[in-house]
Amino acid sequence: MKAIEIESLTMKFEDKTALDGLSLTIQEGELFGLLGPNGAGKTVTIKTLCGILQPTSGTAKVGGYDVNKDQEKIHKLIGLCPQEPAYFGYLTGRENIELFGHLQELPNKQLKENTARLIGAISLSEEADRRASKYSGGMIRRLSLAMALINDPQIAFLDEPTVAMDPQSRHATWELIRGLKKRGKTVILTSHYIEEVEALADRVGIIDNGKLIALGSPDELRRSQGAASLEDVFITLTGRKIREEG
Amino acid sequence: MSLKASRVLALVGKELKRFTREPSVLFMAIAFPLILTLAFGASFGSIGGSETRYPVAVVNTDTGVWGSALKTGLTGTQVLNVQNYTDASAASSDLQQGKVKAVLVIPVDFTASVDSYRTNPGNPAIWHNTTLALSVDKGSMIANAAVPPIVEQVIAALVTGKSAATRSPVTVSAPTQVESHVISQFAFMAPGMFGYAAIFLIMIVAGAMTGEREQGLLRRISVTPTTIGDIFASQVVSNMIIGAVQVAIVYAASSLMGFRPQGGVPGIALAFLLVMILTTCSVGLGLVVATFARNAGAATGISFVFILPLMFLGTFVPAPESIARFVPTWYVTDALTSILLRGAPVTSPSILLDVLTVSVASIVIMLAGVLLYRRFGKS
Repeated sequence: MKAIEIESLTMKFEDKTALDGLSLTIQEGELFGLLGPNGAGKTVTIKTLCGILQPTSGTAKVGGYDVNKDQEKIHKLIGLCPQEPAYFGYLTGRENIELFGHLQELPNKQLKENTARLIGAISLSEEADRRASKYSGGMIRRLSLAMALINDPQIAFLDEPTVAMDPQSRHATWELIRGLKKRGKTVILTSHYIEEVEALADRVGIIDNGKLIALGSPDELRRSQGAASLEDVFITLTGRKIREEG
Repeated sequence: MSLKASRVLALVGKELKRFTREPSVLFMAIAFPLILTLAFGASFGSIGGSETRYPVAVVNTDTGVWGSALKTGLTGTQVLNVQNYTDASAASSDLQQGKVKAVLVIPVDFTASVDSYRTNPGNPAIWHNTTLALSVDKGSMIANAAVPPIVEQVIAALVTGKSAATRSPVTVSAPTQVESHVISQFAFMAPGMFGYAAIFLIMIVAGAMTGEREQGLLRRISVTPTTIGDIFASQVVSNMIIGAVQVAIVYAASSLMGFRPQGGVPGIALAFLLVMILTTCSVGLGLVVATFARNAGAATGISFVFILPLMFLGTFVPAPESIARFVPTWYVTDALTSILLRGAPVTSPSILLDVLTVSVASIVIMLAGVLLYRRFGKS
């Protein structure tokens, strides 16, 4: 069954085309890596699928629901870990996670269970009752991930979740992501750490200038380009020119 | 824009934690009204309640020369500020209201009595005895201590030309203690303090909405089933709770500084109601500010566009009524002044009209804030 269906999706901002007729399908239970240089359209794609941005044209469905018409239903299915971690500094880590559980209308028992499980998974047990404003950058990243997953979403959008994490935190995050995959959840992961995507993803899509330029499993992409690694594939397809955020 | 109670309550809990945990918000919402009320109470609490010359009402019912002479003598002390009254009941009423510190009634037969002494100073048997009635403000220790002996000295000097200990036919009654209700300048300002505190919620709401928008928190919340209606409702409810806390603080602080509100329980209940209605207006104006402010810093500055007129035209600062009637806070202050200062019943037509006006104005401003923010302020 299809978790995500994108058809000819276009997003224009005044003089810039962020998505240019993007079409893509992601199956339920798939761990999908979305790669691309800065400004390629990864975050715009995620924001559009989450209903934050309205597409200029084209259609997109999440869990079978149209992103333009059924946002409330979509929001009950998904969890979003945004690129810039947004959290309430005056709340504790636990309170931040629980707040998003309440907003997702979780029953109290499930909320307590999920909170305890996630706090353990992101190694925040000892700091869970400290105010988030006192957290380090890595702790905030992990907290942001837990806030996104409190409702145990059917479809999780993780936009560069491991940026600025130390290796220990990254490995803990990878385990959490693998756990989602094992439980049949669909994960859309963006990252600039290509080896991370290579290790985790079932399939990878590379987008550039708002267009999908490659799609397949890491093995298929390596073979198709005769490359030793997914990073070589990425460089081959997107070039060596340094990009700035759009 | 559907609402769900569980989501609104979760957001209200979050907002209340912000009020208690963010020092700047805590100061603005709670400490500021407390400090302001105490400071104004200390500064203006005594003004109108004491003077260096004691106002004394003199009711001269004697038509002879000695009654006038006594008034002149009392005036000449430089301590008493003699005020002429023709009606003893009017003088008594002003004593009760604290407008004068004492009332002296010169009897009809005062001249006859003085003349009887002057004619036969050594023969008390044929003197015509009379008594001057003196009433003094019970609450003024200085007036109680100073006014009776001064009056007695002036009378003795006038009648006998000697000290008050000299026997004469004229006596002054033991002062009647009258409890006055002194209205200080602070008492006139106190009703305005209730609305004043709630005005600053504009800045707090605007800061919250722009700050959370800036940090991506509103966007993040929008990816849950939470609606913008839930967010607006949580702002209204949490700020109403803070408004109620502010009323309690201003009530306690103003009482501590000597303000004695009239109106009893219904009066203070109406104060809570009016301020809670006014918080809706503050939330609406906070949303208007958040619509146009790019960041939390700008929101603070823009908030004063609304705070200043609401403060200077509608609270404790005297302003021309013709202009002040354009701001909702004026109606809150007007109603509270009628009830808490003058003791008017809460059901009087002018108060009900004030409540209706501020309610309608608050709803209109809230709706304007919601519509503007939804249209232009979300991103």
